[in-house]
Amino acid sequence: MDWISPRALTRMGMLNMNRRNVDYISRYNDRTSYPLVDNKLKTKLVVAEYGVSTPKLLQLVRQQHEIPHFREMAEDLTGFAIKPAKGSGGKGITVITGRDGDEFIKASGARVPAAYLERHLSNILAGLYSLAGTPDVAIVESLVESVPGLAKYSHQGVPDIRIIIFQGYPVMAMLRLATTASDGKANLHQGAVGVGLDIGTGKSLNSVQFNRPITLHPDTGLALENIDIADWEEMLSMASRCYEATGLGYMGVDLVVDINEGPLLLELNARPGLAIQMANGRGLLPRLRAIENLKRHHFTPEERARFAMEAFSSQQ
Amino acid sequence: MAIWRHIELGIPWLTGEQRPVWMVEARVDFNAADEPVLVSLNIPEQSPGFRILSEQAASPGYGFSVVEKEGSRRAEWSKRNVIGPQTLYFKTQFIPDPNANRDRPRRAPKPVSVFWEEPQATAVREILIQAEERSSTPESMTRELIRLMQPDTQAQNTTLLVSGTNHLDLLVRMLNHAGIPARTADGLKLEDARRRQGLTPFLQIYNGDEWLTFDPKSGEQGLPEDTLLWRQGAASLLDVVGGDDSSVSFSMLRQTIPALQLAAMQSEENGFGFLSLYQLPVEEQGMFRMLLLLPLGALMVAFMRIVIGIRTSGTFMPVLIAVAFVQTNLLPGLIAFTSVVSIGLLMRGYLSSLNLLLVSRISALIILVIFITAGLSIVGYQMGFNTGMTVTFFPMVIIAWTIERMSILWEEEGAHEVFVQGAGSLFVAVCAFLVMDAPLSRHLTFNFPELHFVVLGLILLMGQYTGYKLSELRRFTPMKAYD
Repeated sequence: MDWISPRALTRMGMLNMNRRNVDYISRYNDRTSYPLVDNKLKTKLVVAEYGVSTPKLLQLVRQQHEIPHFREMAEDLTGFAIKPAKGSGGKGITVITGRDGDEFIKASGARVPAAYLERHLSNILAGLYSLAGTPDVAIVESLVESVPGLAKYSHQGVPDIRIIIFQGYPVMAMLRLATTASDGKANLHQGAVGVGLDIGTGKSLNSVQFNRPITLHPDTGLALENIDIADWEEMLSMASRCYEATGLGYMGVDLVVDINEGPLLLELNARPGLAIQMANGRGLLPRLRAIENLKRHHFTPEERARFAMEAFSSQQ
Repeated sequence: MAIWRHIELGIPWLTGEQRPVWMVEARVDFNAADEPVLVSLNIPEQSPGFRILSEQAASPGYGFSVVEKEGSRRAEWSKRNVIGPQTLYFKTQFIPDPNANRDRPRRAPKPVSVFWEEPQATAVREILIQAEERSSTPESMTRELIRLMQPDTQAQNTTLLVSGTNHLDLLVRMLNHAGIPARTADGLKLEDARRRQGLTPFLQIYNGDEWLTFDPKSGEQGLPEDTLLWRQGAASLLDVVGGDDSSVSFSMLRQTIPALQLAAMQSEENGFGFLSLYQLPVEEQGMFRMLLLLPLGALMVAFMRIVIGIRTSGTFMPVLIAVAFVQTNLLPGLIAFTSVVSIGLLMRGYLSSLNLLLVSRISALIILVIFITAGLSIVGYQMGFNTGMTVTFFPMVIIAWTIERMSILWEEEGAHEVFVQGAGSLFVAVCAFLVMDAPLSRHLTFNFPELHFVVLGLILLMGQYTGYKLSELRRFTPMKAYD
């Protein structure tokens, strides 16, 4: 067994579970705002007012009797994603990438008939994937097509960028790449690769899988050192705008970069995980404290993003 | 307050320095029929091997007195005009004392003359002659007679007698007929924290010097250990006038009271004694004993999750499992629990293929769990393990939820995570069990309930703990590279 001394962790300013819950989530996140982030539909509507774009909503299925309309709508679509509004951790998301006659092709390559998707919609409405098993609504969104520069790193699934926003300031970011182990999902504890991103430049820092440092993607074999995210500043200020939209002081913002639409918000998370620190190779606490100690907060998201790029850059 | 209790009332901190005291509570239930009621309960006067420490009756609105009648003591309650179900309590504390009350009557009792009808009379005579031939003293005569009346040694004569009569009454009549004074007695087996116990009948004979007790079934002489003779000599245990459906049941509790406090209790009730849980009826005391252990389990779970960082399935499931372990003992409990959960997981596999909604899936699981426990009990009993029966102590609904959670976990995260969380839950449950089962913690929690404020304080303190969990020290190990 290998251990690290608590003193070393304190020196690096690693944020831990208890402190995250007590000092950050329960202090800065108002419970009344939780439904905003736990429900993707509400998230979509509220961030739209603040100029944050999300994948286009194609259809909303609220009731069982609306399911037959889904087939009409899907007639002239090739790619789309079906999501439960209250799902968590990517559960219940079905991604359709193409058509083959009457059948739909899933992201994994499997072919399914329309009846399969209708049953899936019905399951979502019954609450099979929702947080507490409560009745849910299904969202049908247009398919995100990742920019090739990023897509090539990911095995199936769309790579997404997780940015921690603290009181409106981006404090840490990472790129999450799906692997075979994670079954196309971008959750780190399921085996996805996390690549730390420099807040100052959007360039990759370290990479981890299952909490262990790696240098190559386990499936695609590509080196993970020289990834560079385009339009980094725009993405940071977009993530910062979510603070105004939800009022959550400590949250995780998940973004994707679409080939046509640019950066899109996938979802918000009121209890973002701690693994991002491992991907960055540094602790969150010094940055969180720096924000807490600010005498005067910046008013606009752009100012906050610019400040963070200067203050938290790894280039110094 | 705990310190005050220790100093003023002399309740010891440790379990060592104490004398056992049995608190026996007789509970009389009956249905009053709207007329004057007189309830008369036989109470022990001189029970061999025990000394009476105190007696107390709890019966709201009833007149109460203890009367001596025909050589036995009876507690009498009376009230004019009552209706509906009534409950009366009579509490007695006994101190075990091997030398107390050897039963020597002042006047030697005479055998009661008994009249037998033919053809029983001949049969009785035959058996008595047989028994007499093989015995020399009244004791050996009694033993021989009990042996002869056993079902497997029964000859034709005895079968004739035994049919349709009370075995014990028959023995008493036969012994009296043979010139040995005999009578029945009722004994109470003393076991800690038992409720709703009944009485066991015993046979007593007079050997010319003192009354001796026999087990009417095995013929063994002497009173089994920890048995209290509640009724001796008196004709009836309970008489109720003006009511019907009457019954007596007994609850008992082993208390630990130091010699100091014994003295205090004997002299007078202490002013603050009313704050003690010992003032509650015995049935409730037994329940509180269990309840007061729960905070320790909760403390254990809080510690394990906040400071150590062990993942468990369901936050307080381990505490409930630990409570069940306290009743079943550790090893049988562990075996029973793991087998119920693993069988349940197999069955849940079938349920998930049915595509049921959550609520009906859980409901179906609860029914299945009950079937599994029933099956395990029967199989265990048939195989001669009494422990098979103890599965019934497990909270069914909790087990059903545990199975459901484990199964979802299996589908979503794989078998490894199920194993980690299952082992974590069991580990925490065992730790909680060890803490709750320690005699010292049982003693402290019950005698010093205010110590729970300390537990509460510790839990509140842990709620503010923002340091690293032990498991995080391991999780963040790769960070060494960046230090």
